[in-house]
Amino acid sequence: MSKSVAENKVISFHNVYKTYANETVLRDINFNVQSGECIVLVGHNGAGKTSLMKLMLGLTRPTSGQVEVLGRNPAFSAAVAQRLALGYLPESVAFYEAMTGREVLMFYARLKGSSISECENLLELVGLGDAAKRRVGTYSKGMRQRLGLAQAMLGNPQLLFLDEPTTGLDPILRQHFYELIDELQKDGATSIISSHSLHEVEARASRFVILKSGVIVTMGSLDELYQQATLPVRLKVSVAEGQASRVADRMGSAVNILYVNNESFHLTCLSSEKMPLIRHISSLGEDVQDMQIMPPRLDELYTYFMRAGEE
Amino acid sequence: MKISGVKMLWVLAQKELRDGLRNRWIGAAILLLGTLAIALSLLGSAPTGSVRASDLDITVISLSSLSVYLIPLIALMLSFDALVGEFERGTMMLLLTYPVSRWQVIMGKFLGHVLILFIAIFAGYGGAILIMIMLGSSLEGWQAYLAMMFSSLLLGAVFIALGYLLSVLVKERATAAGSAIGLWLVFVVLYDLVLFGALLLDEGQKMSQQLFVTLMLISPTDSYRIFNLSLFDGVSDAAGIAGIASEAGMSSSLLTGVMLLWVIVPLVMTLFVFQRREL
Repeated sequence: MSKSVAENKVISFHNVYKTYANETVLRDINFNVQSGECIVLVGHNGAGKTSLMKLMLGLTRPTSGQVEVLGRNPAFSAAVAQRLALGYLPESVAFYEAMTGREVLMFYARLKGSSISECENLLELVGLGDAAKRRVGTYSKGMRQRLGLAQAMLGNPQLLFLDEPTTGLDPILRQHFYELIDELQKDGATSIISSHSLHEVEARASRFVILKSGVIVTMGSLDELYQQATLPVRLKVSVAEGQASRVADRMGSAVNILYVNNESFHLTCLSSEKMPLIRHISSLGEDVQDMQIMPPRLDELYTYFMRAGEE
Repeated sequence: MKISGVKMLWVLAQKELRDGLRNRWIGAAILLLGTLAIALSLLGSAPTGSVRASDLDITVISLSSLSVYLIPLIALMLSFDALVGEFERGTMMLLLTYPVSRWQVIMGKFLGHVLILFIAIFAGYGGAILIMIMLGSSLEGWQAYLAMMFSSLLLGAVFIALGYLLSVLVKERATAAGSAIGLWLVFVVLYDLVLFGALLLDEGQKMSQQLFVTLMLISPTDSYRIFNLSLFDGVSDAAGIAGIASEAGMSSSLLTGVMLLWVIVPLVMTLFVFQRREL
């Protein structure tokens, strides 16, 4: 245990395969998570995000390979006690419908040895203070999600697993939710979040793990992903009225002109060609009035990796 | 903060207990068992003029004959949904990410459900006897009545355990409900029907008494019946089977042991399946 703390590695996957019946849902998964990281698992439905989480939570066992969480195999009974340090929000979380929100949270709190006052604080924090007396059966999707978040945060977990946490939350709550994660992050918590878009916790994610059909397509920080992807950069060049097509003709062969209208045109070029092109455009003098550089959007980046996996 | 295993069991048991109170389950069971006990003891005391048996002895005979059908049914209703319901709704998945081990989940539920049954039986049957005493009934034979309450609880525990086994084996709640009825029919009705049918057809040719006794002993419901009808002289005299059980070598501890085994074996099997289950 102390060894893994020294390495600061809280989760590790080593050649993990997971097969259900005849279907292989995870193939050759290898990755480590360092303490304090915020990892976002990205992929379509059925890409293996939830399967990956269940392995880390010890709900399932790998068909082959090793999973370690906090230095232990999470599926072993020896790992039961360390679940105290763990919080989990399942995708479309289910509760005991007949219990009130407060009763549900109190039940989970007792299992974790958390106090009554902590429950009350959490209920206030997620904005369920007034609804705490109502039966969970009457809750909306968003309220369930918030209750789910409250239970995941019981006992200040070191390790937080959130499966599609922001579905069903309105934008204000979503923002609020990110702030909550920030706070845990500040205390040094590690979080694993699954999502089907790169927009999820964009700025907070230390690394994205992109999954497709049970295989890790790639992983890295947003910057690293941009570098890996040879996505074209898009430029919008504004010129004096009527000059657009004339200037566009002088762009050279390295660019791809998208479209031209009267006073501007759009083009794309490879990242590597970007600086020479900008220098060239600047040298054109008075004809060019303005220039905008648009880096590839997250959606394009995501689509790129999804397609790359196909080929 | 480390929570002790015992406290964890209690937290889980308490949840089941509260569920039982909240959905009026406990109240309904108390009412049902209590009403039946009063009705049977009122009915039972009517034709006893010429028989030596006290009121309570007669009540034990009729009430245990009815309990053998009713208690398994109540226990199965409590337990068939206990695991498959949580699998299906998805609450089990979340529960198992908490610092509870799987045996604690099973035993916590078991403790809770046995407590519910304890309350129902002791408040229902016990309450009935209090009312009977207030109505002027004699207390003679109370030991047999108390033994019946405890053995009813044990019989209930058997069917809670069997219900769990069924609940962990099936894939859907609907299947569990259907199988629970099937299980009840087999254990409470069909087994005896087949056994006695075989005995009648055989006319004492091949089936030895020893085999018949063993086959009866194997069944938890028959063990319960024999236990209640033969444990106390007053009851067995009134039932007309005085001395038969002890002649056949069926002591009360053997009968209790059989029922206990019927609690432990299904529970262990449930745990075995549950431990291997992936969610």
